[in-house]
Order: sequence, then C-alpha cells, then structure tokens
Amino acid sequence: MAPPAPRTGDAVFANVERVNAELFTLTYGAIVRQLLTDLEEVEEVNKQLDQISIFRGYNIGIRLIDEFLTKSNISRCVDFKETAEVIAKAGFKMFLGVTASVTNWDADGTSCSLVLEDNPLVDFVELPDTCQGLYYCNILSGVIRGALEMACISPEPNFWCTHQGMCLVRLATHPR
Amino acid sequence: MGREVSESCVDNLMIEMVSAYCNRFYSTKPELAARRIEAIGYQVGHQLSERYTMERPRFSDHLEAIKFICKDFWAELFKKQIDNLKTNHRGTFVLQDNRFQWLTRMSIDPSPANADLSQDSSGETAENRAVQITSMHLYFPCGIIRGALSNLGIPCAVSVDTSNLPACSFVVRIKA
Repeated sequence: MAPPAPRTGDAVFANVERVNAELFTLTYGAIVRQLLTDLEEVEEVNKQLDQISIFRGYNIGIRLIDEFLTKSNISRCVDFKETAEVIAKAGFKMFLGVTASVTNWDADGTSCSLVLEDNPLVDFVELPDTCQGLYYCNILSGVIRGALEMACISPEPNFWCTHQGMCLVRLATHPR
Repeated sequence: MGREVSESCVDNLMIEMVSAYCNRFYSTKPELAARRIEAIGYQVGHQLSERYTMERPRFSDHLEAIKFICKDFWAELFKKQIDNLKTNHRGTFVLQDNRFQWLTRMSIDPSPANADLSQDSSGETAENRAVQITSMHLYFPCGIIRGALSNLGIPCAVSVDTSNLPACSFVVRIKA
C-alpha cells in the first residue's frame, strides 16, 4: 500500500484545531513586554526569545516538529533546499496560517532567507524608540532551530525583522 | 471570522511561558512567578476586552459586564461560553467552565527533559508538582479575566477553584 500523500499546507491548516489569532498575538506581545520589564536590556531579551535560558522558542520548536510530521505526512527532505521550502510553505502555514517565501540563496545552497510578509505575531505591534534593536520575532528563529534539530539537521537560523512587519529568517546550514 | 492560527501555537506559547517563569526565572519563588504570569494575562485580557467592546455602549451594571465575559468574550477565546454563572449578589461571581480548554490539553510531562523540576523538591510528590503546575497555568486566565474587567471599569480579584477538573470555576470578587 502506498504511503499517504503529503498534504499541502492549506489542507493541514484546515484540519488542525484553530484559535483566534488575536489571543496569540496579544499573548506573545505581553510576554515580550514582561521580559523587557524583567530583563531591561534589549540584547538580553533577544537572546531569551531565541535560545538561551529562560523563554525559549527552541523548546516550542522541539514540540511542534512532532505535530508537524504527524499531520503533514511529509516524507524525508532530499536536501536543504527542499527543507527550506517545506518550512516556508507547509510549516508556517500549518501553525501560523500564512506562508513564507524562500529567497536569496547563496552560491553553495547552504543559506537562504525565509520571508514572512504577513505575520500574525506582529499584528498591531509597534516598537517604541527604546526598543529599536529588539528582534521582536526572534522566537521564530528558536522555533525553527528546535524543530530542525529534532529532525536531525543542525542549522543556524538567524533572524531579522523589519519594522514594516515583514520578518526575515536567515537559514544557514553547514556545507557538506 | 478573524484571522486564525493553530491551537498548538497558543498552547505551546503558554506552556513555554509558564515553564520559563516557574522553572528558570523564579524557580525558588513561585509566588513571583505566579504574579508575572497573572500580569501577562492581565495585559492580554485588558487589550482583548478593549477590542471586543469598541463598538458597544457601556455596560449598565456589573452583572451585564460579567455576562459579557461569560458569553461573547469567552466565546471569542474558547469557542464556547461559560457553562454556569453564580453570584451572591454582593460582589462575588463564580464562572464555571465544565471543560476548560486549556486544561483539557494539558498533560504533565514526567520526562527527563524536565529533570530540573524534581531536583529541588525533596518529599514533594509528582502529584503535588502536577497540581502546582496546573495552578500556575491557571494564573494566566485569571489575569485575563481581571484585565478584561479592569478595562470595563471593574476592579476585582480573580482566583480559581480546581477541585473538579477538568471543570474549573473562576471566582471574581469585585472590589468595592
């Protein structure tokens, strides 16, 4: 019997339990605000959101990967390019309800950018002047890193966020 | 229907938030962790309440405001209403949700990944710890309710009664 065909991001998203995105957006915003109050330094908060110590996107990623693999029936990715596409189209869609585009491949095919033009995390969000260095969406960087490490790739996602709300994750993997 | 994200986004965000504040930030001071979690909830509740009441006239009395929380507000967040509302007509209201969504999904993880939980608890059973973690998670919706009512001009204190899981009762005491 043939294995079940991989589901598109849209199909998976239609089948997962969904909730009001505002709750998600506002909860994340409140967490970041609280971290800023408790930690005071923007650099420290950037680290927290990504991987170090206290509030880890990484921990979320290692949980999400199981759900993703179970519900999407995606077969093993052949190479890093395919991995990036899967994250951008199926991964983001299944959880955030939006897709990202993959651009800016470097010559070796070991790094690219995932661009999220429409990101529920930043709905209604405006960064005050005191927080201009804050990578507000850095949690995504940690989530992707956690997910990929569980799937046995060790990438080094780095994250940038423009203030227009377009978020960019730079994914790089070790060349073979 | 507004924008949606997968339920696991919110669930995982909450789990990580509670874990961060209880196990890492304030591991030896659960009261402070609880206060932070409740404060994050307060922020969220305040903003959501503002959004959901923008086009409504003011509520005529406390009971009307509480009913709004029980019906429209709860439905926006959890796709169901509060199942039972009781009051002593002297400023105390009990909002009972028979299957509180965030509790039904929670399972306590005894895996080695949470090994740091058991190190400091000599004599504390796993069950005690489970109850403590559950309580910590519930500070978040308590804060949401308190924040929502505060936005409606009703200062109050909110606690939760979990003697009958997965039902839980939120006790709202309005401050005179």
